[in-house]
Amino acid sequence: MNKRTLLAALMAATLGMPAMADGHEPLKVGFIYVGPIGDGGWTFEHHQGLLAVEEHFGDKVETVFQESVPEGADSERAMTQMALQGADIIFTTSFGFMDPTINVAGKFPDVKFEHATGYKRADNVSTYSARFYEGRAVQGHIAGKMTKTGKIGYIASFPIPEVIRGINAAYIHAKKANPAVEMNVIWVYTWFDPAKEADAAKALIDNGVDVVLQHTDSTAPQAAAAEAGVISFGQASDMIEYAPLPRVSSIIDNWAPYYIQRVQAVMDGTWVSTDTWDGIAPGMVEIGEITDAVPSDVKAEAEALRDAIASGEYHTFTGPLNKQDGSVWLAEGETADDGTLAGMGFYVEGITGDIPN
Amino acid sequence: MDFGSINPVLLIASLMVASTPILLAALGELVTEKSGVLNLGVEGMMIVGAISGFIVAVETGSPALGFVAAAFGAVVLSLIFGVLTQLLLSNQVATGLGLTLFGLGVSALMGQGYVGIRPPSSPRWEFFGLNELPVVGPILFNQHGVVYLSLGLVIGVWWYLRTTRSGLILRAVGESHEAAHALGYSVLGTRFAAIAFGGACAGIGGAFLSLVIVPQWTEGMTAGRGWIALAIVVFASWRPGRVLLGAYLFGGVTVLQLNLQAAGIAIPVELLSMSPYLITILVLVVISSDKRRAAALAPASLGRTFHASS
Repeated sequence: MNKRTLLAALMAATLGMPAMADGHEPLKVGFIYVGPIGDGGWTFEHHQGLLAVEEHFGDKVETVFQESVPEGADSERAMTQMALQGADIIFTTSFGFMDPTINVAGKFPDVKFEHATGYKRADNVSTYSARFYEGRAVQGHIAGKMTKTGKIGYIASFPIPEVIRGINAAYIHAKKANPAVEMNVIWVYTWFDPAKEADAAKALIDNGVDVVLQHTDSTAPQAAAAEAGVISFGQASDMIEYAPLPRVSSIIDNWAPYYIQRVQAVMDGTWVSTDTWDGIAPGMVEIGEITDAVPSDVKAEAEALRDAIASGEYHTFTGPLNKQDGSVWLAEGETADDGTLAGMGFYVEGITGDIPN
Repeated sequence: MDFGSINPVLLIASLMVASTPILLAALGELVTEKSGVLNLGVEGMMIVGAISGFIVAVETGSPALGFVAAAFGAVVLSLIFGVLTQLLLSNQVATGLGLTLFGLGVSALMGQGYVGIRPPSSPRWEFFGLNELPVVGPILFNQHGVVYLSLGLVIGVWWYLRTTRSGLILRAVGESHEAAHALGYSVLGTRFAAIAFGGACAGIGGAFLSLVIVPQWTEGMTAGRGWIALAIVVFASWRPGRVLLGAYLFGGVTVLQLNLQAAGIAIPVELLSMSPYLITILVLVVISSDKRRAAALAPASLGRTFHASS
């Protein structure tokens, strides 16, 4: 018995990989989700990332996750618990987990944290996000071409830069496609509440909207759009079960390659705090298949726009663009810098209504 | 005030739909609490009802059977609570919270394989053409059957608690279980029936979400409506009429604020989003405040464990 323990210790000491240095093997990878893994949207795609990590590393990792964690104080408890259970790296996958992540990371300097869509970093906290707005540009173009009433509805969650960027990107490109277009925004103050999302979609449709975009996590707006016979777009996940109508295209978040890469970095001992913000080009944002409900010329234009963004030839926010109050934001040909985009707190010219504080 | 593109008739019709799940769940909980049992598992019973109803409606193609199954599924869950709290004398608060967690988990399990499926549509009633009437048609004569059921239940529960002998016994059990027991009434029987009624109502409310409002199955789709229902019972001081008022206010202001946003009315969104909570609580507190002893409105034995000593 003693001999065996000694042997095992010797083997660990001589053959041990860097991950074994902190005492446990396999590497424990944790995920904190804001919604249930079956939401069909945002959290579903993060969970696909978890599954990809499991498949890629097999026995070398052990994954844990907690779903439907409310943003705010309770999320600190969930993260702390995960860290105490021995997680080596924890991905916190909603904007509202930002401050809790920083707080908990301070207490567990040996645990690596990765926060999605936020902007606060520390030595053991990385941030990562996707340039969803690039996908919004493609959606906006299709929306502008497809609307018959000239009114596009947007179900927005919280007034944070990520959401505002999406609204602006969609509006700018809808307006280019159809100068008469109007955009109605509803703030629902939730990421996940299917009934409320459905009610918001119905309210938009009752008010004359015939294209619904959403920045919430469930497929409920798709069902409402299907019932009313209007057009919608898959959000965060493909939502292909609603194709070809109402869902005519989608933005898909593909987190798997990033998660695999970061887990690998922890194993190799090369993990450092970074800020990742990838778009269509590296494949973090994908445009779901544009269905036959869209006329072929519009589809071709949308795909050309997607490819131009991917190749870097075109930037989603290219001047001339004014802010909502009419002041100049970007001059002719100028493109937005990442700093402005990361902290975007204004609408572009033409959008009516105010951004809640 | 100019309400832009908002159609008041459509608005009222849709607020009745949006309020129905909360109304049903709150009515059920009201009866349960009137019998002296505090069941905090409303959220869990709603979501189990949502998935039970969804599965049966999809498999049989009949929304009506779906609602029956929803009631049945939630009753089964509520009876687990009944056995634990009434026979095994566990703590009602803890057991109720456990029931919610259990319901959320078991519903997610049951719902594997039902994500992204569309349920059979449940038709609105038309009353032989009365639905074509202007204004009252869409509001009164063109709703889903469950909306009428919920309104009928408001009157039924009020009538039952106020005028029937067994309603009186139920209230007596809730006020003083010892006295009711001494008089020879079955405390456990009454409470089990009340718990099951609460479960059935919550289940139908949940299924109304998954079969009519959303309509699809998504994990966690009740998103806190069970808790709102619980709060409304308290703020409505255990009266069916006020539960109706509370539920319709909450659902109504929610739908109204979304419509105001969609119509682009210049009211700060922060104000609009908190308005359902604020207005519902304010109104119900104000109408309950001038009553003699607000606290006395709560059933005196609420949440207390009963163990027959002899």
